[in-house]
Amino acid sequence: MPLELFTALVFAGSFAAGLLGALTGLGGGVVLVPLLTLAFHVDLRYAIGASLISVIATSSGAAAAYVREGFSSIRIGMFLEVATTIGAIFGAFLAVWMPTRALAILFGLVLLYSAWLSWQQSRRKEEVHYAVNPWSDRLRLSGSYPDREGREQPYTVDRIPTGFATMFGAGTLSGLLGIGSGAVKVLAMDQVMRIPFKVSTTTSNFMIGVTAAASAGIYLHRGYVDPGLAFPVMLGVLAGSLLGARLLVRARVSLLRSIFTIVILALGVEMIVNGWLGKI
Amino acid sequence: MTKRNGEAGGFNDSRMEAMMGRLLQTGVLFASAVVFIGGVLYVHAHSDIPVNYRTFTSEPANLRHPSHLFGLVATGDGAAIIQLGILLLIATPIARVIFAVIGFAIERDRLYVLISLIVLAVLMVGLLHSS
Repeated sequence: MPLELFTALVFAGSFAAGLLGALTGLGGGVVLVPLLTLAFHVDLRYAIGASLISVIATSSGAAAAYVREGFSSIRIGMFLEVATTIGAIFGAFLAVWMPTRALAILFGLVLLYSAWLSWQQSRRKEEVHYAVNPWSDRLRLSGSYPDREGREQPYTVDRIPTGFATMFGAGTLSGLLGIGSGAVKVLAMDQVMRIPFKVSTTTSNFMIGVTAAASAGIYLHRGYVDPGLAFPVMLGVLAGSLLGARLLVRARVSLLRSIFTIVILALGVEMIVNGWLGKI
Repeated sequence: MTKRNGEAGGFNDSRMEAMMGRLLQTGVLFASAVVFIGGVLYVHAHSDIPVNYRTFTSEPANLRHPSHLFGLVATGDGAAIIQLGILLLIATPIARVIFAVIGFAIERDRLYVLISLIVLAVLMVGLLHSS
């Protein structure tokens, strides 16, 4: 394939991945890496390198829009970034020792898990009130966010050690597979630490960029980041996700989420099969 | 507990976040512009070479080390300019953490100055390690 055509096609594919990732809130990375390896036959390591770069771009590019909404918590983010960045470096070192086939299978499992989470999210349960954890105030993690009427709703943070450990895992996956692992980060905050969903998703977006930056240096040193591939991937995903964030207000997300869930499920199975057969 | 702790002379968490958001957006736009210029030059220079990303061959050392990179950027090498843009991109979240250290220091929040410094130290280990 000539370079112009390849670059244009990769840009278009990355744009679509970024658009869908933003619309569904699952991020572009989870579809990008399977797209590059399965459709464009890019080596998994180059795909992971390019994806990681695009993850930083998306996270930072969307930051200003998220801040305006006033949901994100800089303290929760910074506190948990201690766990995600250490995890990311651990993951990046682990990536060297793991054979590509194992990485592909692990990636497939993460896809299946994302599909399951995405399916679960459409049926959310009602609020239950728990006792306030004193460490929430001690670590200055408590906060509040504006509700629909603009009133400040206070919240506290619970089960901090488990949340911290889950965040380490999210960071390791991010460093290992070049994804933002936003789904796991939101899981840690929303489900484990009982932080309100809106606060979890917007804070997660901030954390993704810092987490990815921790392992990006290691990937760059190792030569996983190919400029010819990173160029269309980074710009494509960024443009797609920025458009997706704008469309989000109007789009019919529930239908889109169902389609995306099936796509992720199919890609997950394909990654596992290809990894198992050693085709990746 | 109120939302924004550490009010000190009109500077608080929400102002800090707003400034950080703008910082990140500007950084990303600047890095994207550099990557775009490099990309156009790269595609132009390599247009007759067929693409092969099937096999992994680590990138040349010149592109992996910032110190070698600047010489190539000066000669207008597309790949080197893309890598420079990527380095700028990686720098934006790091700049956010540095900004947080300063912001929390203004708020006199020692605990969070320390937490931000730990994150910064981990980021530096990732960026500067040599193996």
